Amino acid sequence: MIIATQKDLAEIKHMVAPYKKVLIVGCGMCMTFCSAGGPDEVARLAENLATDREGLTVEKGMIPRQCADKFIDRLEEKIRDYEVILSMACGNGVQAVARRFPDKRVLPALNTQFIGIEQEPGVWTEMCMACGDCILGKTAGVCPVTRCAKGLLNGPCGGSQEGKCEVSKDRPCAWQEIYHGLKRLGLLDYLKGETQIKGWAVHPGRIVREELKAKES
Amino acid sequence: MSFRQALESDKFLVTAEIGPGKGTDTGVLLEDASILKDRVDAINVTDMQSSVMRLGSLAVCHLLTDMGIDPVLQVTCRDRNRLALQADLLSAWVLGIRNVLALTGDHPTLGDHPQAKPVFDLDSVSLLEVIGKLNGGADMAGNELKGATAFLPGAVVNPGADTEAALDLQIIKMEKKMEAGARFFQTQAIYDLDLFAKFMRRVEGYKTKILGGVILLKSAGMARFMNKNVAGVFVPEYLIKEMTETKDKVKTSIEIAARLVKGMKDLCHGVHIMAIGWEKRVPQVLDEAGL
Repeated sequence: MIIATQKDLAEIKHMVAPYKKVLIVGCGMCMTFCSAGGPDEVARLAENLATDREGLTVEKGMIPRQCADKFIDRLEEKIRDYEVILSMACGNGVQAVARRFPDKRVLPALNTQFIGIEQEPGVWTEMCMACGDCILGKTAGVCPVTRCAKGLLNGPCGGSQEGKCEVSKDRPCAWQEIYHGLKRLGLLDYLKGETQIKGWAVHPGRIVREELKAKES
Repeated sequence: MSFRQALESDKFLVTAEIGPGKGTDTGVLLEDASILKDRVDAINVTDMQSSVMRLGSLAVCHLLTDMGIDPVLQVTCRDRNRLALQADLLSAWVLGIRNVLALTGDHPTLGDHPQAKPVFDLDSVSLLEVIGKLNGGADMAGNELKGATAFLPGAVVNPGADTEAALDLQIIKMEKKMEAGARFFQTQAIYDLDLFAKFMRRVEGYKTKILGGVILLKSAGMARFMNKNVAGVFVPEYLIKEMTETKDKVKTSIEIAARLVKGMKDLCHGVHIMAIGWEKRVPQVLDEAGL
């Protein structure tokens, strides 16, 4: 899922300062699961803003996903009464809402961090960079593009200490994880293959699948 | 004799290293280089060591060639994508630089511009392959070059990797670097010759030349700092004790380094001395080691 964290309250207050009617909209997908923009966080932010300034109307909203028009459409009626939408979606959701309602000011309440997992309660780690060319089959299900701080493809640098990354001791060396994984599977020879060089995909990404386009029309 | 000729001979190799500073003042740097000149086969010039922004390796290497020194251009993958790396390699060649050491490079967060975007478009292995391609008259994309390079490519290995996994990975990567064209290896600093001997037995028969790394210990504090913070460097307690108890730190430092150099004569093909500011002492180390 996509992992995000809430912006500092001071920054959010500064963004909404010019407005009197704010609609906070949460997202029922990733943002709910990573406790950044689900119903609880929407309620808490609404309370924080409402108690902060007199004369400010804050309304709460929640849709199952902010990254698909069919759900965003549900906001159409509601937003008419508000000057600004304060979105508690990831950057994807904020943009999808802004694109759907081009005449409405849409503000981000979150900082989108990465695609990752909840490693343990309260701890999230990045797992995938959406690089467009998955090599997890060769690396025992551990992505070096993402989880090695240097994205190295041909083995580790010399910087790890006690199995930890040189960048910080709270991060494991991805290559040592790959090594242990491949060893467990009896696949260590995978490390010895030909030199890997990555071809970087062009961003912004765009995918066209003709068979699906045809089906819709 | 060029570094390539020395490497192709049976000579015990000696290389040293200088690190450009922050700014355009090259006075001390070139003075250090001139002191080392007649005692070493080549001088490495570091590429913004520890990810601290400094005067570049390419320009300093060129200044060394002007002084009649054969430099080893250290090239890291930290700051340049494949276009910039190839362009700099071609530039190095036309400026008279003949030896390249391919490195991954430290992460920018370790340096003085921690918010820099890390590049790492290539890594040390793929960079070696690219050097091989440029030597073969083509760029990485297969386009023909009008005028090829003929670099002597080298790489690094860390024999003191602290876990079994890390050491296995170092050796697997070393093999990949050899396949990608590395003709010599300079190692991380070694203080435990028994451990190094064990490493050398593991890579016995590898068709390459290995230069054992030596860092001059300036103090017991420096040793403890490296033990804690520098990956793969382990200074045994008895050396720390020697440095603590001595009345003449410089003399003891030189003695220890000379002992290590002497010990390496029987173990590998050369030494790579990293004096980190004590370049002027390197001739004394070599004198004491009988080189």
